Amino acid sequence: MDGNMSGNTLQERRQGAMQVLSHAPAADIALRMAELPLPPYQQLRAPENGLVMVRGRIGGDGAPFNLGEATVSRAAIRLHSGEVGFGYVLGRDGEKARLIALCDALIQSPDHASAIEVKVVAPLRAEMRAARDQAAAQAAATRVDFYTMVRGEG
Amino acid sequence: MQSLDRALQPGFADKVLSAQATFRTVMEAMARPGQVMQVEDGVGRPPSMMAGVAAIALTLFDQETPIWLDAPLSGAPDIGAWLKFHTGAPIVADPALASFALVAAPEQLPDLRSFALGSADYPDRSTTLVLQVASLSVGPMCQLRGPGIDGTVSLCASIAPADLFARLSINEALFPRGIDVILVDGRSLVAMPRTTRLAAAGG
Amino acid sequence: MYVAVKGGERAIENAHRLLAHERRGDRNVPELSLAQISEQLGLAVDRVMSEGSLYDRELAALAIKQARGDLIEAIFLVRAFRATLPRFGATEPVDTGAMRVQRRVSSTFKDIPGGQVLGPTFDYTHRLLDPQLAMASDPDAPALAEASHAPTPRVTDILGQDGLIEPSPQTVEGAPVGDLTRDPLGFPAGRDLRLQNLARGDEGFLLALGYSTQRGYGRNHPFAGEIRFGEVEVEFFAEEIGFAVPLGSIELTECQMVNQFKGSATEPPCFTRGYGLAFGQSERKTMSMALVDRALRARELGEDLVAPAQDEEFVLSHSDNVQATGFVEHLKLPHYVDFQSELGLLRKLRREFAEANAEPALKEAAE
Repeated sequence: MDGNMSGNTLQERRQGAMQVLSHAPAADIALRMAELPLPPYQQLRAPENGLVMVRGRIGGDGAPFNLGEATVSRAAIRLHSGEVGFGYVLGRDGEKARLIALCDALIQSPDHASAIEVKVVAPLRAEMRAARDQAAAQAAATRVDFYTMVRGEG
Repeated sequence: MQSLDRALQPGFADKVLSAQATFRTVMEAMARPGQVMQVEDGVGRPPSMMAGVAAIALTLFDQETPIWLDAPLSGAPDIGAWLKFHTGAPIVADPALASFALVAAPEQLPDLRSFALGSADYPDRSTTLVLQVASLSVGPMCQLRGPGIDGTVSLCASIAPADLFARLSINEALFPRGIDVILVDGRSLVAMPRTTRLAAAGG
Repeated sequence: MYVAVKGGERAIENAHRLLAHERRGDRNVPELSLAQISEQLGLAVDRVMSEGSLYDRELAALAIKQARGDLIEAIFLVRAFRATLPRFGATEPVDTGAMRVQRRVSSTFKDIPGGQVLGPTFDYTHRLLDPQLAMASDPDAPALAEASHAPTPRVTDILGQDGLIEPSPQTVEGAPVGDLTRDPLGFPAGRDLRLQNLARGDEGFLLALGYSTQRGYGRNHPFAGEIRFGEVEVEFFAEEIGFAVPLGSIELTECQMVNQFKGSATEPPCFTRGYGLAFGQSERKTMSMALVDRALRARELGEDLVAPAQDEEFVLSHSDNVQATGFVEHLKLPHYVDFQSELGLLRKLRREFAEANAEPALKEAAE
């Protein structure tokens, strides 16, 4: 289930982009954003660090329980055209949260949505998928192929 | 999202430093009941919320501190959206569940017993009242006494409700449970923790 | 008294200076970076995250460096740090069924959908020290194979389809999720609180308790139904946004124990289960946790409470190594006054004893 541009609603597109961006290093996002002209915006919530309590489920599929916390950084910005963007991301990188918030606002703006998707999200999505495919291929090589020993004469 | 239209005000410009400074001010105020303290200027806030209240909210409220709003504040849609966005604090209808109560019209303050008074095991789990008052510099003088006050301290203020001190006398019998109060006028605030008593009124 | 306090201050300051010096060690040896700890001592980082109850690799690595490799000290540092940050809320419960599996084994079925994937494991290593690792190492790149994108359902889900295993306790709408970091633990504790306690509990303590159940102290006939390790996505419902926000992914290990079956006149027999979940790759921890989780269900399942692992108050009150170390290690703090009074009492008792024993001797001598 990774971010996909084919998501039809705006919410799905925003979630898809957030997912891709949350996995990318902040420097990679910044590098790609630097190529785009950015509209003026206001910082609505300065980047701040905090925690979320990560929940699991009893037995994997049952009632929830509190597993332990994780650090999270968050930020919010508002374009002068009114779109409000949010960034929430694991870790303590406030700049990354701010960049995600900026992308989130731009995705909601008809003037900027396609540029953000094409120049920022799509290439980062490709990198994320490549990294996952690599990990999956490494794991697959350790998969056990059971076979039955044939004894005696067939 | 819908509520975050252009009217949404920012909070502290420097969240960490401003929250630390405000925390220090509130702690100092609680340690020195009756003394007027100032929080720093420049905090973003909805128009009907005083700067001192906004600073307290941004410093002390989080998603684990339920907030009760009086009628004027709960009727103002920008207040709830601002609090939710900046603090994440849940807004509750039942004052008995509230960690803090924000009151813009203190003359209509409900019976204090409708708020949380704390429990014997956890007397700190009571509601702290934050009242927006007319003035903390001009008005009738009263004298306060109690821990944190050397003898008595005088406070000139225009406070509502008029019988606030009489109502707070329930704290005497409740101790260690009880209600703590912070009075706010603009950037100024005065704390009256549950141990503060009225020594003399008038003047 | 005053002089003693001042002397103490100076000694403490200098002790910290000496500690920093010892931590750095021989300055001709290159200093450890956090990235080195995180990359090359990854399982220590995982343990500090699990028992420190905070998922943040960099912080855990810093704690390990600062604690000179003392993991309980590092866990203490991480716990103290987490108390300085505001909590934004709780995530949506993670879906371990959708884990991007790096390792996944079952001891109950040879053929499971998605297959048995060994992943990076110490199992099947010969446990012989490798002298080559003492020098710079440059291991071969991992082998690659075509990954199947077939789903990897949990083994317990497969057993559950036929009703052969009890279902997990289901979510009660609106019921709060117990949190022992907010409310003091009381007894009896719900299974949510027990699992939270065990998830941050000391690995060694849980390992010993789990082992004790296998040796007969509260035996519960376990099979490792499944152990899986990999990445899961974390989502957080942010009210101001109005939808679940993807936060990124974390590594988790999950263990599903399949245990002794039970049945009654009204219910057909089925297997019972114990559950373990922890941050990072923490296999021993999650297996022990699952054994102890199952043992702590003795009362619920109508079993006799005969063993330490089944005693909820005993287990939950002693599992936390930060609490435990605090209380054990406080014994080294000054107890001068306490001890003086003990000493006084002891001297008095000895005097009385000596007097009582001396009397007959004197009497005899007089006769």
